Amino acid sequence: MKLHEYEAKEIFKEYGIDVPKGFVTSNKIEKIEGPVVIKAQVLVGGRGKAGGVVFAHTVEEANRKIEKLLNSSIKGEKVEKVLVEEKLPVKKEYYLAIVVDRVEKKPLILFSTEGGVDIEEVARRNPEKIVKYYVDPLREFLPYMARVMLKDHGLPSQEIVKIADVIYKMYKLFREMDATLVEINPLVVTEDGRVVAADGVIHLDEDAYFRQDYTRFEEYRKRENLPFAYVELDGDIGVIGNGAGLTLASMDIIKEYGGNPACFLDIGGGASEDVVKKALEKVLERENIRGVFINIMAGITRCDEVARGIVEVLKNHPDVKVSVRMMGTREEEGRKILRENGIPLEDSIEKAAKKLIEMLEE
Amino acid sequence: MDENTRAIVQGITGRQGSFHTKEMLECGTKIVAGVTPGKGGREVHGVPVYDTVKEAVEKHDANASVLFVPAPAVKDAVYEAIDGGIELIVVITEHVPVQDTLDMVNYGIKRGVRIIGPNTPGIASPKVGKLGIIPSRVLKEGHIGMVSRSGTLTYEIAHELVVNGYGQSTCVGIGGDLIVGTDFIDVLPLFDRDRDTDAVVMIGEIGGSSEEVACEYIKKMSKPVIAYIAGISAPEGKRMGHAGAIVERGVGTAESKIKALKEAGAYVVRRISEIPKVLREVIGK
Repeated sequence: MKLHEYEAKEIFKEYGIDVPKGFVTSNKIEKIEGPVVIKAQVLVGGRGKAGGVVFAHTVEEANRKIEKLLNSSIKGEKVEKVLVEEKLPVKKEYYLAIVVDRVEKKPLILFSTEGGVDIEEVARRNPEKIVKYYVDPLREFLPYMARVMLKDHGLPSQEIVKIADVIYKMYKLFREMDATLVEINPLVVTEDGRVVAADGVIHLDEDAYFRQDYTRFEEYRKRENLPFAYVELDGDIGVIGNGAGLTLASMDIIKEYGGNPACFLDIGGGASEDVVKKALEKVLERENIRGVFINIMAGITRCDEVARGIVEVLKNHPDVKVSVRMMGTREEEGRKILRENGIPLEDSIEKAAKKLIEMLEE
Repeated sequence: MDENTRAIVQGITGRQGSFHTKEMLECGTKIVAGVTPGKGGREVHGVPVYDTVKEAVEKHDANASVLFVPAPAVKDAVYEAIDGGIELIVVITEHVPVQDTLDMVNYGIKRGVRIIGPNTPGIASPKVGKLGIIPSRVLKEGHIGMVSRSGTLTYEIAHELVVNGYGQSTCVGIGGDLIVGTDFIDVLPLFDRDRDTDAVVMIGEIGGSSEEVACEYIKKMSKPVIAYIAGISAPEGKRMGHAGAIVERGVGTAESKIKALKEAGAYVVRRISEIPKVLREVIGK
């Protein structure tokens, strides 16, 4: 789960990491003290380049720009809030992040003196400009470890202590809040020697919900509580499967035959008739859906439950083209139900996908 | 996993734990004890239940454990198994927090204990039994090693192999999470040395780079590897069901994996039905 910048900065503050003075708002403002930066609170990447970060010197200018931002969308995401902050007297911009390294299986601290820019670009062009430090999660992380890393990278003495302190607090946050990513880009060193997180990205691990209070975050509150995994895509053929890998493979085969998946929907293991019904209804909620591909490899799932769910929903959607492939537990019962209701059924993924595409082309 | 594997089931008294203990016993697995704290003294399908791993190991000389405990209790249970002297731990549980997995995987490495998972269907060897939940009826004794990040997709491909006359030596699910204890690169050398295995079918998916890392070994592997990668049609930045199945900042695309695998000499197929065809070409039978 991604946090908004203003939420990430609230957390930084709680952990004692310096952030620019500012506030989040959905309205006009009354006064400013000096020049400000106004930042659209959206979760899409590349916000700056898309016009989501603007500057203002007077209240009038600020309000004009706030109003414009609040009435706009950035890369398809509607702007509902803006963050208004002091404009920092920037001396240097650094890059700092902590990620989960999947290969080394350790937390990885990334630091670069090339901050404020696209870090992937730096990684491609000047990989030597990025310092990597793998943390042993079984040991306590201490500030000296960060100081050594920064010193080895040639940072000036007066900056080392302050930045190491930020890294130490960031790591503490990363562990305690069950984050999977914490990023500050840029980490600004100001003319007067402050070290400030000018931006903030935090991704939290939703699997830790049982020990964290995530209800304070927008994304979590907005979340629909669905009894299956659903990802919306931009095509027009719904794809339903049981198990993530199988559902992905089902999407791929639709694409392979020239179709375009409208969603990834994994009903999981042991889904009841009711869950199948809700799943199919969810897919058909969108108006542009032309067909649905359903692929079930039943273990603890039962084909007859799935078939009954499908039949129930299709009663109300007689025009939608559906192709089903299912096998495993209670296969015969399931097939019988589908057959009696005239729903096309095939015995292999490939045949079922091809059949659907052919039906749609007719 | 072999004839000497003597396993315990942690979380044996739960619904899943109890059901799958029965299944594991039915296919010949030596399940010697179960552990559920607070429920010592009971029996589940004839298997004695203990309060601690320590007791179970002392009384039954167990060397492996399968975990069905709820996600919040997994880290505690894995540490208990490692400290109790277990050598192979299979974590079936899904939704274990990543920070907990980081800890237990690193602790396992430090103590020389192999952890498989979390979020895995486990391992199965039709000849000796299974640790986990892979349905026995989708496998058949044979000479293909299977290794996969997925559950039902593995069953699908196992089924495709079996109907085309290919059985399995061992089938290993490595798990769909961001961090897993055992990766492709750890499993491939075992298959390469295994006398029962003639070829390996590797089932990857988008996210991370464990397929690319495995290529280092595939290059020097003596047995053929047939690879299938799921998620070629998945967009960037979206988590596709599995916690680990996400393309982030350009890392983890199906294209990257397919390219690396081809360069390393693996046979990469786009359709599941091509797998037995390729096997016929490269190993015959």
